[in-house]
Amino acid sequence: MLADEVLTKQFGAEAFQASDFRDNHRLIVPVDKVYAMIVALRDHAGFDFLVDITAVDYLHYPDATDRYGVVYCLSNTTTGVRVVVKTFVNDPDPMVPSVYSLWRGSDWMEREVFDMYGITFSDHPDLRRILMPDGFVGYPLRKDYPLRGYGERHNFTPITRAEG
Amino acid sequence: MAVNPSDNFFISKLDWVANYARANSLWPMPFATACCGIELMSTASSRYDLARFGAEVMRFSPRQCDLMIVAGRVVMKMVPVMQRIWQQMPEPKWCISMGACASSGGVFDTYAVVQGIDRFIPVDVYVPGCPPRPEQLIRAVMDLQDKIRRTGTLMGEEFDRRSTHEGPMAMNESIPSEERVVAPGDYNTATRLR
Repeated sequence: MLADEVLTKQFGAEAFQASDFRDNHRLIVPVDKVYAMIVALRDHAGFDFLVDITAVDYLHYPDATDRYGVVYCLSNTTTGVRVVVKTFVNDPDPMVPSVYSLWRGSDWMEREVFDMYGITFSDHPDLRRILMPDGFVGYPLRKDYPLRGYGERHNFTPITRAEG
Repeated sequence: MAVNPSDNFFISKLDWVANYARANSLWPMPFATACCGIELMSTASSRYDLARFGAEVMRFSPRQCDLMIVAGRVVMKMVPVMQRIWQQMPEPKWCISMGACASSGGVFDTYAVVQGIDRFIPVDVYVPGCPPRPEQLIRAVMDLQDKIRRTGTLMGEEFDRRSTHEGPMAMNESIPSEERVVAPGDYNTATRLR
């Protein structure tokens, strides 16, 4: 596949792992090279469209060695080929480089990943919560976050008739 | 020509007159956040015709409304908005909690969805259903009219006396201490009204 050739030529075959699942082509890359590799994929393999950025929490996942996976879905708008780039980060400071400089559309996607998982994106221009309220603490999609939360949903003052 | 006094005036109570006017001209504020809002629209439109009860004037400015119909689930980001809209409505005002989600959270027992709006604002009538049929909402409006006719006063004294919270207590009282909220302080400045 073209993506593999580009990355092998520039970074060597040992720098990443490629695999196929169903019709997905997946590249597992180290976090310190993820930005350079995405630049290479965009500039030399034609993956010019960022479809999605999301994340996975691998807490209690069988045989998992890393806590979080950050997933980039890229698309080649000329050929229609897609590739899934995945990198792993860990506590206590999960951080990946932002791809905002490559695609402006990554702005809200990275904010959502930060909001839900607490993974920070270095060099993001405006990294703050996007779905949860500003004062919210905790990251709801982490596996150790309880389904019903810590009671944040009831942390408001009731209004009575007299003060209404 | 002699005028018979009984032909020209009648005697009533001012409370009765006020209640008569208020009960038959409820102007709803449609706080519709989910599928209950569709049923609310259906109730207001021609087939079910809420205008028969004088409640057809949906106003999208809370300052012109006296009946808030909360139709749909309310998430914690929406609670300050809902409370502000409620406070912007002029007295006298009433609230209908329409549907399972607004009344109890419904199936959405998650970290972000409020488990019943009556924990945060006063509610007069609850409508069960998921979503309720328009007939149920009409029944709720009729019940509210009945409540207004029975308990209303000209100056709204029935509201002044109710300075205590009417709904169930905040749910974090029932959450075990190890799971209780960890950073409540921020909400004083971040999302709460006052």
